[in-house]
Amino acid sequence: MFDKKTLDHSQEGSSRRQAAENDHHTGHPAEKPAAGNPPNSYATVSNLPIKPLYTPADIKDQDFAQDIGFPGEYPFTRGVQATGYRGRLWTFRMFSGFGTAHDTNQRWHQLLRDGETGLSTAFDFPTLMGYDSDSPRATAEVGKCGVAIDTLADMQTLTGGIPLDKVTTSMTINPPASVLWAMYLVAAEKQGVPWDKVGGTIQNDMLKEFIAQKTFMCPPEPSIRLISDTVEFGTKYVPKFNTISISGYHIREAGATAVQELAFTIADGIAYVQDVIDRKKMDVDSFAPRLSFFFNSHIDFFEEIAKLRAGRRIWARIMQERFHAKNPRSLWMRFHTQTAGCSLTAQQPYNNIVRTTTEALAAVLAGTQSLHTNSLDEVFALPSDFAVNVALRTQQIIAEETGVINTIDPLAGSYFVEALTKEMEEKTLEYIEKIDKLGGMLSAIDRGYPQMELSNASYEYQKRIDSGERGVVGVNRYKTEEAPLTGLLKINEKVHEEQIKNLKHIKRVRDNRQVLKCLLEIKLACRSDKNVMPFVIEAVKAFASEQEICDVYRDVYGEYRDPGYF
Amino acid sequence: MENNLTEKIIRGDVRAAAKLMRGIEDNLPEATDELQKLYPYTGKAFIIGITGSPGVGKSTLVDALITSFRQRQMTVGVVAIDPSSPFTGGALLGDRVRMGKHNTDAGVFIRSLASRGWAGGLARAAISVMYVMDAMGKDVIIVEAVGSGQGEVDIRRLADTTIVVLAPGMGDEIQMMKAGILEAADVYVINKADKDGAGILKTQLEIMLGTKTDYQNEWKPLIVPAQALHGKGIDELTAALLQHKDYLYAGAEIMRRRRERAKLELAAAVEHSLRNHVKMILESEELNTLADNLAQRKTNPYLAAEQAVHKAMGKFREC
Amino acid sequence: MSPERKLRVLLGKPGLDGHDRGIKIIARGFRDAGFEVIYTGLHQNPEQIVNAAIQEDADLVGLSCLSGAHLYLFGEVVKQLRERGAGDVTVIVGGIIPAEDVPALKAAGIKEVFFPGTPIQTMVDWVKNNVKPL
Ligand SMILES: Nc1nc2c(ncn2[C@@H]2O[C@H](COP(=O)(O)OP(=O)(O)O)[C@@H](O)[C@H]2O)c(=O)[nH]1
Ligand SMILES: [Mg+2]
Repeated sequence: MFDKKTLDHSQEGSSRRQAAENDHHTGHPAEKPAAGNPPNSYATVSNLPIKPLYTPADIKDQDFAQDIGFPGEYPFTRGVQATGYRGRLWTFRMFSGFGTAHDTNQRWHQLLRDGETGLSTAFDFPTLMGYDSDSPRATAEVGKCGVAIDTLADMQTLTGGIPLDKVTTSMTINPPASVLWAMYLVAAEKQGVPWDKVGGTIQNDMLKEFIAQKTFMCPPEPSIRLISDTVEFGTKYVPKFNTISISGYHIREAGATAVQELAFTIADGIAYVQDVIDRKKMDVDSFAPRLSFFFNSHIDFFEEIAKLRAGRRIWARIMQERFHAKNPRSLWMRFHTQTAGCSLTAQQPYNNIVRTTTEALAAVLAGTQSLHTNSLDEVFALPSDFAVNVALRTQQIIAEETGVINTIDPLAGSYFVEALTKEMEEKTLEYIEKIDKLGGMLSAIDRGYPQMELSNASYEYQKRIDSGERGVVGVNRYKTEEAPLTGLLKINEKVHEEQIKNLKHIKRVRDNRQVLKCLLEIKLACRSDKNVMPFVIEAVKAFASEQEICDVYRDVYGEYRDPGYF
Repeated sequence: MENNLTEKIIRGDVRAAAKLMRGIEDNLPEATDELQKLYPYTGKAFIIGITGSPGVGKSTLVDALITSFRQRQMTVGVVAIDPSSPFTGGALLGDRVRMGKHNTDAGVFIRSLASRGWAGGLARAAISVMYVMDAMGKDVIIVEAVGSGQGEVDIRRLADTTIVVLAPGMGDEIQMMKAGILEAADVYVINKADKDGAGILKTQLEIMLGTKTDYQNEWKPLIVPAQALHGKGIDELTAALLQHKDYLYAGAEIMRRRRERAKLELAAAVEHSLRNHVKMILESEELNTLADNLAQRKTNPYLAAEQAVHKAMGKFREC
Repeated sequence: MSPERKLRVLLGKPGLDGHDRGIKIIARGFRDAGFEVIYTGLHQNPEQIVNAAIQEDADLVGLSCLSGAHLYLFGEVVKQLRERGAGDVTVIVGGIIPAEDVPALKAAGIKEVFFPGTPIQTMVDWVKNNVKPL
């Protein structure tokens, strides 16, 4: 990328710097160590060593047109939109949900009034796992970590007064994604909004559940099949909906390094694309443009930026070279980003605002399409109104005050950023190759490969913190005695009773014969290769509950149990 | 330990049994006494040993077998052994994870054991723990060995019926065959039959077993394909196990096997007893006297050792 | 006779949340500290955990919950241990737990609550100082 003179010059400069460092280590008085605790090793949060200085020599093998290029152009390193944030700002999307559908609906209206531009639903654990509020397994969990949704009636309350043709909703739901999506579509229909006007995202990414988050129901193989059904259905009838949000977020939270996060996520993406092509015989360009991604933005500023930029480039190449996609949109890695929950500390929680800000800034500099900023108190409980507000304001300050949005991909061309982007790419491709050798992601999961990689990485990371090699302010550095944080959100214990009461009522007034008939039809569809979605939609309309439908899945496909890999 | 412990255990008291097992594992003197009282109540259970390389699906298979035996109204005990770390002495015992659904079944007792340095894929306490379950009245006891390629011999001596689990794609089939596995199993399970290579593995095994004609007895090992994870082939496996059991009891074979196990037990007991004596000697007062004598060259180490052992043996006979 | 006592620790995740990063790190840390660690796996209810603890004769039960259902789930484990005559088993917990819930947890019989960010060694030391083989 550079002429010989520049490279020679770089080489000389690097030598001079090295000489200065040697002097420093031999006690040269010119450079005094900085105040505070210097890191024991100069490496990223993922333990990737970083050089003291990057020069043109570090990116000499990169080709501007092929590796970096322009925003909106292949290989999309600099972003998928030619206009960057001038064309469209990222979506401010705050993950929220708690208590009953009514409680969450109220908070949603508040968030929209406060300037949020997209909704994002947190469901409670019973809903996430396919259990109704009256299941014995739901005891003490109803409405705790998110909103409880049992039937279409709850979904209608949840979306009440929200124009579903204007606001897009992201639903963090995985094993029962088909069911919740069906409820959402029917709720829209009842609002008079046709499906082709409904936009949003269902997470619907089961592979990362087996790898990391462990919210699972059926085994991997049928889980993938249900996902492909939703992709097919969406492509035909709900063209504005993202039917899978291929997620690295949870993989990172479970202890992965940045490279592992990227590699496993892309390998998951490959598995989904392949399955839709094989199972549904669909043209890759017909569905790939609706695949979206979801990444973590961790505390290591440049590593995250490099990771996300590398991700776009890798995905574009894979889609073109492996899947022969022709539509440029199929090559786009569009992603939502969330700041790293696992980087927050229980100690000195107000410092979490600073962490989140730094992480949010990295995501924006990397060109995210959508962003969730964590609240300072999430280490203790679901966020309070106050904390959510600060988090949202953080995004608004970045967008409207800092000026970082003025130009597209401002860090491009930085010797360091481009070199690190390349390194991320190479290391990620090594992992992907390994997973290919294992027979693809499903087979790798079956062997526990990604699970064990994560388990090792997270243990190593913890040991680095415990030994003090890696500093975490308030945890192993600058510790103080402090009073516990107060004003945390409390979930009303009445929620459980209320949900059960509502569910009982619905089961009494609905046409139970119709429900049984619908469930039977789902069962038949599950056993055949018919798409289950139309049948799930009918069942939902008849007020079949989430668990009733999921029980059919469990009955036909069996239940997956935690293999407990270490 | 309480006096009525034996009684409690034979009545099926889980906590009492677990405490005794712990005492055995931790080598508490009163546990050995208790075990002796319990001994007459043992010898009824059908004992199945399972071995095979790590990851072939032994624990998953045990989980499926528990379900199968429970459906036949039989109560089940499981002894699951995992290795201890040679460096720290700690252990991560994860076999139970695969058997979680039986945690609330009163007819099932699962006990994890760390090998605690015991070679051969078992743990020193394995037999005794198994006997406690036996005394509790468990109909079937399944012992999952640490799959090391070496433990097969020991598990065979311990069990009435031995299962060796193989699976495709583990890369060690050939290794296992070489390691004398062919003598070890009464029943082979080709697990993960859902995977490519299971058929080939089965054929390979059939050929290798087929070329071997000198079976010491009439039992020709059975090969059962299974998918432990999906509960497939389990009824066939259970049937094969019960068939082997019938075979054992039909002739003299059961006695021969139990004699083998008795030898193993005796060996363990002798070693246990001797080890305690060695310790007794090494910690005794006389050792100091002998050491003094030795230091002053009044004796030599070999003679001194003879004397010490002789003396200890004398004490041994008294007690 | 020469007793060789080892601490037996049962680690469990009651409830529906699957965030097992923390408990797995602790499992490895405890193993490396020389304890025998029995892991029960995810999505276990209190009864399953209690039964396993009794069968394994655990000296210590460590529980993790990040779903907000900790007061009920942890309390149930202690209560059922007591009902089953195993009230002498020490129970410690961790996860996403508001500090204001700590008094209630301690009153329910939980010996210690560990917050995110606690070094493994701190937990190991606590266990060594507070738990002896039963
Ligand atoms: N595909 C497949 N995987 C299985 C089967 N049985 C067990 N496994 C998986 O193999 C892995 C190891 O199983 P485990 O029972 O722990 O093996 P062990 O180490 O021999 O006890 C786990 O991930 C199981 O889910 C099977 O029949 N088919
Ligand atoms: Mg096992």
